[in-house]
Amino acid sequence: MDVASAKLIGAGLAAIGVGAASLGVGFVFGSFLQSAIRNPAASDGQQGRLYIGFAAAELLGLMAFAVAMLILFASK
Amino acid sequence: MAAAPDIDPMHQFVIEPIFGSFGHNNPFVFTNSALWTLIVLGTIWVFMFGGMKRELIPGRWQVAVEGLISFVDDMVNVSIGPQGKTYLPWVFTAFVFLLFANLMGNMPFGVIAAAHPFTVTSQFTFTGVMSIITFAIVLGVGFWTHGLHFLSLFVPKDAPFIFKIFITPIELISFLVRPFSLGLRPFIAMFAGHVLLDVFGNFVVQAINAHSAGGFAVTVLCFLFIMFVSMIELLVAAIQAYVFAILTSLYISEAVNLH
Repeated sequence: MDVASAKLIGAGLAAIGVGAASLGVGFVFGSFLQSAIRNPAASDGQQGRLYIGFAAAELLGLMAFAVAMLILFASK
Repeated sequence: MAAAPDIDPMHQFVIEPIFGSFGHNNPFVFTNSALWTLIVLGTIWVFMFGGMKRELIPGRWQVAVEGLISFVDDMVNVSIGPQGKTYLPWVFTAFVFLLFANLMGNMPFGVIAAAHPFTVTSQFTFTGVMSIITFAIVLGVGFWTHGLHFLSLFVPKDAPFIFKIFITPIELISFLVRPFSLGLRPFIAMFAGHVLLDVFGNFVVQAINAHSAGGFAVTVLCFLFIMFVSMIELLVAAIQAYVFAILTSLYISEAVNLH
């Protein structure tokens, strides 16, 4: 296997992490909505924590994406 | 069909000298990063001073500035408590700088002609130094107010002794990783978003050059995707600034209040 094809396979493997992070983001908003519908009065006070959770889950997906892009375009 | 040219999405992050050059061991070079930092700071300056007229009946501009200030003020007071006002300057500075730098880096055109927009927060040096400042405040305040008792931050309260043995090293490692994760978050969000826009922008041009019906369909799809990602980028720019500010105030709150 030459280096170019190994690079493409590596980038594809790294992109799995983006899909996994989408599960995380969906879980964050899904569980927020579940509890917010049960107690709508308390939901406004928890928006900050919602965005922290969203950012933490999204960060990991973005890191996987950045690794894939670095493998594809930045490594010579 | 001609061979597609190489996509080089990393080129947008290259720091290039505008005045002077990197040679001759010259440490003071005016780069595009420095230029855009100055543009961002100038915009913040104009925005803040435009709204600080202290009129009894505020106009739209004053409402915008006062809303921004009271937003960060509320956040700091809720997270830190009555001592929050002491730490408002740094949290507000970090929030406003990240917000303006992220949003202005998303602009598709330059304010000054021929000056391509450069996202200063897409460099880890910027966000990393901001997170180092945050942790200098955390460690300084923690050791200054609590002395060595500050180290009890790592020991969970009211836990059985056997738990404390295991959880204390984990808490210590988590504390040591925080400066990196705090600085990495705004950097990687801007970096990944701009790379995504660049890659799909290249797809649009390459698909047009294919001169076929399928290529046209790909162009339209990629262009719609770019519009979608641009909107997401605006959201992410604001969310990352917000998350940096709220995490900074949470970490400072731990140092001030200890648990």
